[in-house]
Amino acid sequence: MAATWAEVRPTAPPGRSASTGGRTRRTLLRGLPIAPSVVLLLVFLAGPIVYCIYAAFTNMSLTGQVGTQFVGFANFTRAFADPAFLNSVWLTIVFTIVSAIIGQNVLGLVLALLMRSGHALARALTSAFVIGAWVLPEVVAAYLWQAVLGPDGSWNTVTGFFHIPPQNWLFTIPIIAVSIANIWRGTAFSMLVYSAALSEVPRDLEEAALVDGAGRFRLLTSVTIPLVRRTIATNLMLITLQTLSVFGLIYTMTKGGPSEKSMTLPLFAYNQAFVSADLGYGTAIALLLLVIGGIFSVIYLRILSKSEPIR
Amino acid sequence: MTAAVTAQAGAAAPPVTRIRPRGRPRLSGRMLASLILLVMAAGFVIPLLWVIFAAFNGDPNQGISIMWPHPFTLDNFKAVMTPETTYIPLLNGAILCIGGTLITMVCATLAAYPLSRYRSRLKRPFLVTILFSTGLPITAIMVPVYGLFVQLAIDDSIPATMVFMATTALPISIWLTKNFMDGVPIELEEAAWTDGASPMRGLWRIVMPLMGPGLSVVAIYTFIGLWGNFFVPFILLLTPEKQPMSVTIYTFFGQYGSVVYGQLAAYSLLYSLPSVLLYLVLSRRLGGAFAFGGGVKG
Repeated sequence: MAATWAEVRPTAPPGRSASTGGRTRRTLLRGLPIAPSVVLLLVFLAGPIVYCIYAAFTNMSLTGQVGTQFVGFANFTRAFADPAFLNSVWLTIVFTIVSAIIGQNVLGLVLALLMRSGHALARALTSAFVIGAWVLPEVVAAYLWQAVLGPDGSWNTVTGFFHIPPQNWLFTIPIIAVSIANIWRGTAFSMLVYSAALSEVPRDLEEAALVDGAGRFRLLTSVTIPLVRRTIATNLMLITLQTLSVFGLIYTMTKGGPSEKSMTLPLFAYNQAFVSADLGYGTAIALLLLVIGGIFSVIYLRILSKSEPIR
Repeated sequence: MTAAVTAQAGAAAPPVTRIRPRGRPRLSGRMLASLILLVMAAGFVIPLLWVIFAAFNGDPNQGISIMWPHPFTLDNFKAVMTPETTYIPLLNGAILCIGGTLITMVCATLAAYPLSRYRSRLKRPFLVTILFSTGLPITAIMVPVYGLFVQLAIDDSIPATMVFMATTALPISIWLTKNFMDGVPIELEEAAWTDGASPMRGLWRIVMPLMGPGLSVVAIYTFIGLWGNFFVPFILLLTPEKQPMSVTIYTFFGQYGSVVYGQLAAYSLLYSLPSVLLYLVLSRRLGGAFAFGGGVKG
């Protein structure tokens, strides 16, 4: 941790000395508060990840550790030739785009915008229910949506009212069923983030645009949304990464089935490592999942750094 | 943006446009917005209704459709509220999650201070790494983590699991806390420094009181995340007497061939209660505004 921690402002905290030795000591002293976090992150996150990288290049299995051999890129070449893996990648991307990038993000922004102009009662009710869905634990949310989307569930009661034949969502398109559950559960996060950002948009700016004759829609696309662009990018990154690693919700709802139609990458990796006891292959899949997360992050970070670099 | 602004963010937002540039009645827009909000609220509340109705429904053959509880009963709650099903897992969960949240908050606040106040070459790479680790699929690293715990002979231990769970919550907490701290102007501390206060004293006496609302948000977010975490205690805690409610709900209702929906719903309500209560209490203290404020700015 021999970082050079220079102060943001010219005014320095006490203990400043001109000598080089004093500066090094001061630098170390300033970095010291990070130490507990760094130690925890190194031992419990970085360590296991390094072990994962090692395991991904071996044929390690969960049961007998005796015959573990280095196999090079065999696990990765196997993955890209494995239809089950490619199916998983496709499902993960569908799940992420439908439930996070479109569902949670757009719905959260719409809710936050409507919240600004709705009646107090409508605002209170909506935020209570939306946040209620978010506060509930993952496993509970999964059981709820199993009940709602099942063949006798209330979804079909409602659609039956409009003479739409009953659908077993969990059986026909389970990936959409789990996406709906994830939208329901995760929208509150985006709504809260956008509410906070919108409350900082200067009112006079919007009023000025209205006086200049801008319509409601024009106001939204040309003034309001550009002002919260940075928040949109950060929020998209956070919810994308969270959604990529969703496990409990899907596992409890469908276990990845039926016939692997909702088997996203985290479940696929879990199945390979723990159920099929193929640790090497499972960790290789987990690494590829990290790479996908990395690609999404780079895209959003580019959008962010276009406006202003991370301070 | 000061912390005071964050605290009032939700409440202080004035009603939309006080002026009417075209003389069009604004009321219709307001009504329309409220109407759409209520429709969306209905969509969000329907699944919640099922769990509430089913929990009080005495019909042993009740399925999974939403129906008014008939006969109304508390038997479902009585059936699951036993020491081994509810009370012990509740206590275990409380120890795990309160302890975990405390560890996370202390480490995150300490780490956020230099990240927010000083400049360094390592800062940006560190922050990007932190941001990237927020989305780390914990399921992916549970195999080596379990191996590590067995090697150190700390598997099936509540304190060790607590520390691990705190670590999984650290990246997002550091990120949020750092951004909240950026909202506290450094000028206030500079005054304290000239008066001879050390940076840590400045953090404790000036910065932390000013970012109270922000810290509450991070604490709620961390606790709810840990309370809902199923997979980590499921792998690391083997003895049923040590498992929290998130695992018990899975093992208890997974044991039977056919699920007793009334009891499952009742248990779900009990399990959700601490998260809901904590949220209500803290958001009330924040003046009804649970705002992420400057937390997610990038």
